[in-house]
Amino acid sequence: MTWTPDQPIVSLRDVHKSFGTVEVLRGITLDVMKGEVICIIGPSGSGKSTLIRCINALNDIQSGSITVEGLEVNDPKLDKLSLRKKVGMVFQQYNLFPHKTVLQNVMMAPIKVLRQNRAEVEARARKLIAKVRLEGKEDAYPGELSGGQQQRVAIARSLAMNPDVMLFDEVTAALDPETVKEVLTTIKDLAADGMTCILVTHEMGFAREIADCVYFTDRGVIVESGPPATFFDNAQDPRTQQFLSQIL
Amino acid sequence: MARKTPVRGQMAVLHPMRIRADALPLADRMFNLWTLTALMLAFAAVLIAPAFAQDAAPEKPGVISILLEWTPTLAKGFGFNVLISILSMAIGTAMGVVLGVLQVSPLRPVRSIAWLVTQFFRNSPWLVLLFYCILLIPFQIEVFGTTIPFPGWIKAVLGLSLPVMAYMSEYMRGAILSIPTGQWESAESLGFSRRQIMTDVILPQTVKRVLPSWMNLYAVLTMATPLVSIIGVNDVMALTRAALSAEGRVDLLIPMYLYILSWFFIYCYPISAVTRLLERKYSVKL
Ligand SMILES: Nc1ncnc2c1ncn2[C@@H]1O[C@H](COP(=O)(O)OP(=O)(O)O)[C@@H](O)[C@H]1O
Ligand SMILES: [Mg+2]
Repeated sequence: MTWTPDQPIVSLRDVHKSFGTVEVLRGITLDVMKGEVICIIGPSGSGKSTLIRCINALNDIQSGSITVEGLEVNDPKLDKLSLRKKVGMVFQQYNLFPHKTVLQNVMMAPIKVLRQNRAEVEARARKLIAKVRLEGKEDAYPGELSGGQQQRVAIARSLAMNPDVMLFDEVTAALDPETVKEVLTTIKDLAADGMTCILVTHEMGFAREIADCVYFTDRGVIVESGPPATFFDNAQDPRTQQFLSQIL
Repeated sequence: MARKTPVRGQMAVLHPMRIRADALPLADRMFNLWTLTALMLAFAAVLIAPAFAQDAAPEKPGVISILLEWTPTLAKGFGFNVLISILSMAIGTAMGVVLGVLQVSPLRPVRSIAWLVTQFFRNSPWLVLLFYCILLIPFQIEVFGTTIPFPGWIKAVLGLSLPVMAYMSEYMRGAILSIPTGQWESAESLGFSRRQIMTDVILPQTVKRVLPSWMNLYAVLTMATPLVSIIGVNDVMALTRAALSAEGRVDLLIPMYLYILSWFFIYCYPISAVTRLLERKYSVKL
């Protein structure tokens, strides 16, 4: 089966995932079209991180199906590398490599994994670092940067692999309020460039502004979803209403 | 003299190194320069005790001049100790890193075997391991028609590298497990293979964490090298004994062994001092 851009780029069908006896995802179905930005919100422990990690095969699933560009993620014969080339991921805790400089962090995967030419990778890495507004920090080590700066390096590092889909798991949750904005701006720029983005976030204003579709998860199921205008102003389900009233 | 007044935020109780010694298990606390030195002294005492029974020759050149006279010979022996310690350390470290990585293998049988090997050699007396190497390794082996000799000192190097390997393996396992799992996950999501994650992401980060223990291990190993004299290697200990029996003088025993002890002290103390410095530096930054 070959994927064409008129089909969902990411597609989940009745995904179930348990850790031991605890069922964390209980039948998740969602589609993301190329260039779309979707936001997943929900209370802590509702399975948002698990959901997003399953798309990247960092977690396996018990049943259901996940495809990325037609690639069956849960296929045991899946070449993980072909999936990881398509999907980039940014974590709450940045997870930069502390023993490498900013530039090395961004260059490492394309050189070691994709075996691309070093000079070309470096040129691209410098452009990406500029794109996340960190010119001049190329030779700094992650430990010397603020949280917001580190997170933008993490975004540049993921982008260096030229992914088609970006996953963001609460990437601003660990940041100081004043640096949250710079990271959100970076993500906004990305979305404006047409990158497909799947975000787990607690920044409701941001979600409203940027998302094509918002999903609300609770205890492993999607309770409600819709375009931000209807979702935020006209939530139907009592659980969604309660969550929104608490957080807004 | 200006007295240091306590500075806010500089309370002694906040210094991590103050509690470290007590936080260690007793077995690890015993395993240090001073207990080793004491052991060596006891060892020396046992060796020299029989010599006291004999009478010394009557006419005496000064003790110092005799020590100086023997210094070149003893220095050669000490150089041999250093050589043995460096080679054992190199071989043991290389094997220990591999064994430590195998200890965190995703394959259970590999993990178990690596664990068993580590524990076995970590809990074996070094001298017994040395004897085993002398007995088990042939004095030469033939490979493709060429004969490779295995003199005693090479066997000693291998024998001493086994406990080094075991300790190193434990240090590596601990250091690898102390790296946050986020490092594995982010590297994995960038497409790195497990092997690449290990060599390019995890192992480089373990260097800082392992360095102090590694240096301490080297100092301990160096102080253990006189053990090789028991299995017939002409190290500084064997040469000292030879020198003493050649001189045949009881009053030389104490000064000469003290002389040798001071060499070990001068060689090992800076290592342990730097180790403490590194420990303090990294214990704050990590
Ligand atoms: N590796 C794991 N092993 C066991 N349980 C886990 C693991 N990861 C997550 N969980 C559990 O799954 C549930 C959902 O977690 P998570 O997806 O992180 O939620 P969220 O990101 O929405 O806060 C939680 O109850 C959590 O304890
Ligand atoms: Mg989460």
